[in-house]
Amino acid sequence: MSKSELNKIPSGEAVGIVAAQSVGEPGTQMTMRTFHYAGVAEQVPTGLPRLIELVDARKEPKKPLMDIHLAGAASQDEKKAQAIANEIESITLGRIADVEEDFLNKRINVDVDPDEMAHLSVELDAVRKKVKAAAGGEVETEGNVLHVKPKVNSLRMLRRLTNRLKGMPIRGVERIRRCVVIKGKNGYFIRTAGSNLSGIAKVEGVDASRLYTNDVKEVEKVLGIEAARNSMVREIKQVLDMQGLNVDARHIMLLADAMTMNGKIKSVGRHGLSGEKAGVLARAAFEETVKHLVNASIQAEEDHLIGVTENIIVGQTVPLGTGLVRLKMKI
Amino acid sequence: MMTVSKMIDRIRFSLFSPEMIRKVSAVKITVPDTYNDDSYPIDGGLVDPRMGVIDPGLKCKTCGGKLRSCPGHFAHIELVRPVVHPEFSKVIYYVLKNTCPQCHKLLKGAKKDELEEVVVKETGEPVLSSAAPTAGEAVAANAKSKSARKATSCPHCKHKLPEIKLLKPTTFYKDKDTMLPTEVREWLAGVSDDDIRQLGLDPQYSRPEWMVLTALLVPPVSVRPSITLETGDRSEDDLTHKLVDIMRINQRLEANINAGAPQLIIEDLWELVQYHITTYFNNETANIPAARHRSGRPLKTLSQRLKGKEGRFRYNLSGKRVNFSARTVISPDPNLSIDEVGVPMAIAEEMTVPVPVTSWNIEYIKQFVTRETYPCAEYVVRSDGKRVRVTETTRQEVLDTLVPGCTVERQMMDGDTVLFNRQPSLHRISIMCHTVRVLPGRTLRLNPIVCSPYNADFDGDEMNLHAIQSEEARVEAELLMKVHDQVISPRHGHAIIKPQEDYVSGGFFLTRMETEFDKSEACRLLSIIGITRLPEPDRKDKWSGKLIFSALLPSELTVDMKSKFTRKLPDGSDHPDNSIIIKNGVLVSGALDNRASDEILERVIQLKGTDAGRTFLDRYGKLALAVITRTGFSVSLANYSLSPEALKQIDSLQDRMRREVESVITQYKNKTLVRLPGRTLSETLEDRIMAITSRTRDESGGIVEKFMGSDNTSIIMARIGARGSILNAIQMASMVGQQAVRSKRPSRGYRNRCLPHFKRKDRSAAARGFVFSSFRKGLRATEFFLHSMGGRESLVNTAIRTARSGYMQRRLINALQDMVVGQNLSVRDSRHALVQFTYGGDGADPMKANYKEMALDSAGPKDDLDM
Repeated sequence: MSKSELNKIPSGEAVGIVAAQSVGEPGTQMTMRTFHYAGVAEQVPTGLPRLIELVDARKEPKKPLMDIHLAGAASQDEKKAQAIANEIESITLGRIADVEEDFLNKRINVDVDPDEMAHLSVELDAVRKKVKAAAGGEVETEGNVLHVKPKVNSLRMLRRLTNRLKGMPIRGVERIRRCVVIKGKNGYFIRTAGSNLSGIAKVEGVDASRLYTNDVKEVEKVLGIEAARNSMVREIKQVLDMQGLNVDARHIMLLADAMTMNGKIKSVGRHGLSGEKAGVLARAAFEETVKHLVNASIQAEEDHLIGVTENIIVGQTVPLGTGLVRLKMKI
Repeated sequence: MMTVSKMIDRIRFSLFSPEMIRKVSAVKITVPDTYNDDSYPIDGGLVDPRMGVIDPGLKCKTCGGKLRSCPGHFAHIELVRPVVHPEFSKVIYYVLKNTCPQCHKLLKGAKKDELEEVVVKETGEPVLSSAAPTAGEAVAANAKSKSARKATSCPHCKHKLPEIKLLKPTTFYKDKDTMLPTEVREWLAGVSDDDIRQLGLDPQYSRPEWMVLTALLVPPVSVRPSITLETGDRSEDDLTHKLVDIMRINQRLEANINAGAPQLIIEDLWELVQYHITTYFNNETANIPAARHRSGRPLKTLSQRLKGKEGRFRYNLSGKRVNFSARTVISPDPNLSIDEVGVPMAIAEEMTVPVPVTSWNIEYIKQFVTRETYPCAEYVVRSDGKRVRVTETTRQEVLDTLVPGCTVERQMMDGDTVLFNRQPSLHRISIMCHTVRVLPGRTLRLNPIVCSPYNADFDGDEMNLHAIQSEEARVEAELLMKVHDQVISPRHGHAIIKPQEDYVSGGFFLTRMETEFDKSEACRLLSIIGITRLPEPDRKDKWSGKLIFSALLPSELTVDMKSKFTRKLPDGSDHPDNSIIIKNGVLVSGALDNRASDEILERVIQLKGTDAGRTFLDRYGKLALAVITRTGFSVSLANYSLSPEALKQIDSLQDRMRREVESVITQYKNKTLVRLPGRTLSETLEDRIMAITSRTRDESGGIVEKFMGSDNTSIIMARIGARGSILNAIQMASMVGQQAVRSKRPSRGYRNRCLPHFKRKDRSAAARGFVFSSFRKGLRATEFFLHSMGGRESLVNTAIRTARSGYMQRRLINALQDMVVGQNLSVRDSRHALVQFTYGGDGADPMKANYKEMALDSAGPKDDLDM
């Protein structure tokens, strides 16, 4: 037999448990500190909190982040890169203007800061149009102040509208809170706080084939489950690498494959993989014991004792490793 | 020995019908009490002897069995009025909402799809897996939505539909009127089997009306044993107390009904029965005050018995307890082989190992039975399974009847196979198979090289030892779990059982160029590693350390790598020891560091197998320790005493730092500081100061290394990777450096300052936790305080981290534990659903994947998984 043949994984090996241990055991050695990505003024979770976030398959990471590589000349030209960065950074009305309600006249005054506007190259007219579209009713311009007279009857509605106007995006890509141009090995790229894959992919000058986001769920939504699986592997690997922990990629891949095997990211825990196990006893032994027993009884569920936990509970050999071997003979 | 004659194929979960309850019941409970005045169980009481026995010596009135043989028998209580089972009230609600009060037919979804579609839409989940949404989910979904109830009248009988409401946990309202359980039960009983099936329940096993109890199953006494206190008083189990309550109110209700009491009183009592039954099932039901013991402690009722870490499932069913195990404190013994464990005589005498008697070993076995002192036989198991204890009185008889086919349980001896474990068992190498060495003393002993997989140290750690009790288990343990087969970790394919700390130091001193031995020393060292032939000396009449070390290496081994410990020769050129070169099993140059010894170990295992790996570790360990013992190796205060010249340089370094920090602060105040991209001005200032302070400490490292020299033991240890780091030396010798709280300089405490010793808003290094002193010199009071702030944080973090990572690991294991590699290298879960087509994409074992010869070729045999 060739060496590579000898190095094959033995059939029956409990690779799941080995993978779980290999990812879980170094958890005790990880730091809890947040990491400060250059430029993006946010403390991004790393180490154990980030790992937990990943296996939990949260809707959105605590600090979503993107690396946007640029197409063509922009990647070698800081100014062009900066221009794209300015374009995609989401700017809310509240950032360029003081929005205050005028209860007396039942209107909202939008006091636009011309300096900020010039700095971000936003036109007053564009702001006006956006405000009008959002608020409806009349919009009058008086110098740098927009008087919005919306069609609302109560003061409470006015207050609500004001708050909505403050958070209204004027320009840029939604959810992209901040952008920084960074000089990388192969030229400039943009790092953003906040993530919006589909939004950024449409921006001109962006190399859509090299977009990176740390939001695995978003990758699943935009690019599909296969991409999400790769993204999951990459993110877990990155967390472990940053802590200087050496874990074989196969373990991480198995974890990611298990989380994505049904075409949808499932979390590791009672709402995901563990909550959807085949055996009633296995589910009951993990968490929410009573709930699973009640549900099993009303549906007259059968537990076929196909998992590890179930067989431990009834005191039989576990279907792993040497426990898989059966005699096909009548004794 | 143990033969498995029957296996459990499956377990069905279902509800009991009242008829079924009466059928399995051994006795109908009629008296709400336990024992009479003579402390004898009352007939028809809650500890009726027909339910089984818990006192030794008595016989069960139902099956005639004794304490051990009688499994206990269920009883029942006839409830005068039906009562809702609290755990099923949501299901009842679901059925009520979907059926007509008049004709009991299903409201919508005469076709099955319609109903299911509703469920799918409301859970917001596309049907991807074969797992249909459970009725429980359907309940939750249905309860949430109001759109599900568009119809105002029944499509079948045109009856106007009432609004059904559930006031948790057990009260139902029909258009604001309370529904009595009797009414609910009648309604549910009217729903046809077909309709029930469409609702996702199984009418054969769980009719909805069974969820409204008319008879209550009473568990046998063995489930709720009473305990006798020292005073002779009996103390009943919580469940018994609860059942007494139920019986008492049930009887009062009956009396009131028979006496024709007003409806109001009857309903009050009825509700009280409901309360007791609710708490009997689950004493943590929301919106219900918990039933309490006289002392004020909440009762532990059925639900509490099952759930949680201390519940039946996790504590008793998933967690098995074993016999033939021992536990005590561990201590090191470098003279043991890595796969041995030193067992104290006291344990060896207590633990037994079964040995089957055959015609070939019967004479040998007889010696154990004959002998009265260690090692002797404790028990003999005859072929019919009868177990006889070997005592002075039985010895002769046992000896006479000893024939092949018996099994003798003798005391543990050298060479027996045991499992050795240290908790927390975070990975599979936390339990390994060792060979017994019975030793004097009272601790379990292990070779310090195997500390790392167990993560053990000797500051009071305890470990567990398990004596293997069957031939299959022993073989399996020896083939799969032996220590030398675990040297390479499956986590990353590199050695985890490897020379560390003093072993590395010893290896370094042995192999560096300066080391040479005269004839007697060389002979002594070689004899330690079991080599009896003295090689020719390589340095005139002396033997170099490298030559001695080479005796351990297989002749095929060739290594070429850089050493971590680099030196310069006096003439400025590189020291030959800077590169570690092994040619055909001879160490040509280089002093070993930890990376080199790991590499050699891994290569030896690749070339010669795991047995050779063990021999290498054993011999290398002994050799390294012999050398380091001979050389002497220690640290002292003098190691960290710097010359006045060095101290002066450090002082000037610190002065420069103060000036630099000062200048950045001035820039900040003048607003001339250039903002870093994406940071505010004050963040920029902090970043800049942190950079300056950490750079200063690093620079002092250069001074420390220069003045401490490469002969300083502390530096040697750090450089060869034995223990500690240069940073440790810096902190002891020159300065401790910046302290941090939440990755920032400490800033809180008093208003605008950390401590009253500083001026307000002082942002200088000293005021924000820079420790100028070294540990050797001692910290100033303010430095000490700020240093302890950082120390506290890391302690808290460690505590939190262990809890969080423990839970994460539990979840990971639970999610992945059923994944297994099939015959065709595919990975499947317990449902046999595919997880990976080929394990890891290439089917390679991570434990062996670092073999350089490993090639990625096609998957193995293509047969389908047959399990």
